[in-house]
Amino acid sequence: MIATLKPDSSHALRGLSDLRIRNLFIIPTIIFLIVFNIFPLIYSLGYSFYDYSAAGSEEPVFVGLQNYRDLLSDPNIWNNFTVTAKYVIISVGGQVLVGFGVALLLNRTLPAKGLITTLLLLPMMMSAAVVGLFWQLLYSPSWGVINYVFGLGDFAWLSDADAALWAVAITDIWMWAPFVMLLSLAGLSAVPKHLYEAASIDRASGWYTFSRITLPLVSPLLLIAIIFRTMEAFKTFDIAFIMSTQPTTEVIAIRLYKFAFQEWQTGKSCALAYIVLIMVVAITNIYVKYLNQVKER
Amino acid sequence: MAAVRSNAQKIGHRLAIAAVIAITIVMLSPIYWIASTAFKPRSLATTVPPTVVFSPEVTPFIKLFTKRVQLQKKPDQATYDEAPWWEKKIYDAGERVLKVAGGPQMSAYPSRFLNSLIIAVTSTFLAVAMGTITAYGFSRFKIAGEADLLFFILSTRMLPPVVVAIPMFLMYRVVGLVDTHIGLIILYTAFNLSFSVWLMKGFMDEIPKEYEEAALVDGYTRIEAFFKIVLPEAATGIAATAVFCFITAWNEYAFALMMTNKEAQTAPPFIPAQLGSGITDWTAIAAGTLLFLLPVSIFTFLLRNHLLRGVTFGAIRK
Repeated sequence: MIATLKPDSSHALRGLSDLRIRNLFIIPTIIFLIVFNIFPLIYSLGYSFYDYSAAGSEEPVFVGLQNYRDLLSDPNIWNNFTVTAKYVIISVGGQVLVGFGVALLLNRTLPAKGLITTLLLLPMMMSAAVVGLFWQLLYSPSWGVINYVFGLGDFAWLSDADAALWAVAITDIWMWAPFVMLLSLAGLSAVPKHLYEAASIDRASGWYTFSRITLPLVSPLLLIAIIFRTMEAFKTFDIAFIMSTQPTTEVIAIRLYKFAFQEWQTGKSCALAYIVLIMVVAITNIYVKYLNQVKER
Repeated sequence: MAAVRSNAQKIGHRLAIAAVIAITIVMLSPIYWIASTAFKPRSLATTVPPTVVFSPEVTPFIKLFTKRVQLQKKPDQATYDEAPWWEKKIYDAGERVLKVAGGPQMSAYPSRFLNSLIIAVTSTFLAVAMGTITAYGFSRFKIAGEADLLFFILSTRMLPPVVVAIPMFLMYRVVGLVDTHIGLIILYTAFNLSFSVWLMKGFMDEIPKEYEEAALVDGYTRIEAFFKIVLPEAATGIAATAVFCFITAWNEYAFALMMTNKEAQTAPPFIPAQLGSGITDWTAIAAGTLLFLLPVSIFTFLLRNHLLRGVTFGAIRK
């Protein structure tokens, strides 16, 4: 049994050796990812040290760390980061409240539970571009359903400097609360029933049961959901980009897009991309660490 | 559950059911609204108060697929009578279908939809094929620095699209891949590959090694064992992975926005762009949105037992 797994086994000698197969199976993927993900990043690292516009005909000029210095001392960029932070807090906070709340409600014997759960998960499977679009219909100032239902007159959600970020975040909450719900449900269903029975025999209060039994047992999965959503909200581009043109919703990814594809400040955009990249890699590290901790088996 | 329940528990349970129903209705209402708008006459799409009861019509879908102009004057009775049913609907809506060589002029929507389909299907096939064999490699063989390699693979998925798109755009410009199907297919394959490796590794780990070992003892080569024993066992996993990859590619917006503008443009950047062009006809936009959401909604139901696994990159199974 063990012999067959060794590259020099008699069986493996017929046909390709295991070592060969391993390399054949793995190396193309690694090369593909290096060529199409890592090489471009090295390429853009180079440009981040140059004053260069992809739209102009001028040769790139080496400026060293100037792009980074300009960016980090630019109050507008800091403002973009502040907007992003607000967005992350509002939308991830909302997703956790709604998603976990709904999961608590769903965690019981219900008629048509499977159907309801799947229906509730629909929003997160949709294209953010399309979600952003049809929420614009709902937010319309003069005839939008939201203003009508809440009696807000003709309040212009998406062109109001303060409300726009909330409007975008609410859309994001609608789309991604199901994600938190899905992970919370998985956590909740894994809580052993006998713990609740024991708590009820001991006449423990509802709050006590929740905070001492439910929450600690669900928290690993909830934490994964929170880190993942934080990472995604930090990178957010599509919903905010489609729904609003307000400076108050200009998250960092939108700023990056404008630098690169509207203002054609290619060198500067590469530098900003690197600043964002380092932050994303840091969050990814935390995420994968927890994912491996919680991973079953 | 305990057979004897206190009254308070019963009331609590009923309240919870009521809350679940209410939440489901609220969560689904935006989808209902876009779906119902897709069947409304244009005059009822933007009314105050919003129109809930109306007689549905298919005109928005005809509008979606055709190029039209406002009618200057009513067509004469003979022209109207000769027109096919769909053209009559457009006349009724006060518009006229533009013609080219006898047939109706098609809008850009069908070609964008087709682009989405071609790019999503091809990139899904590539990502799943490569992902499956790579996952098998990681699952069955000893690999130096396996955890680091897997992290490297996953991290390529976590990169913000804009960050990757900037250098890719510059490189594509050099080799002429901007606004081409191949250009987007490569990007989506790379993007989905990492996901596919992670998800498939979970499925591969679940297939007992003993199956192949028995086959190897029976004289199969490793490759034969992989194709004849492992792949059939992994079929469900492969299907689930493929559907996830398809949905991701189908829905993708940022890369498509930056890398395409016409020839290879997919539906996600196209549908919202219609808003700015001319007078907004929300019923046609809603019809386009609804058609676009349909495949994904069906897939979500087919995938329902694998969703948790999919969204956690195969790390958490039920």
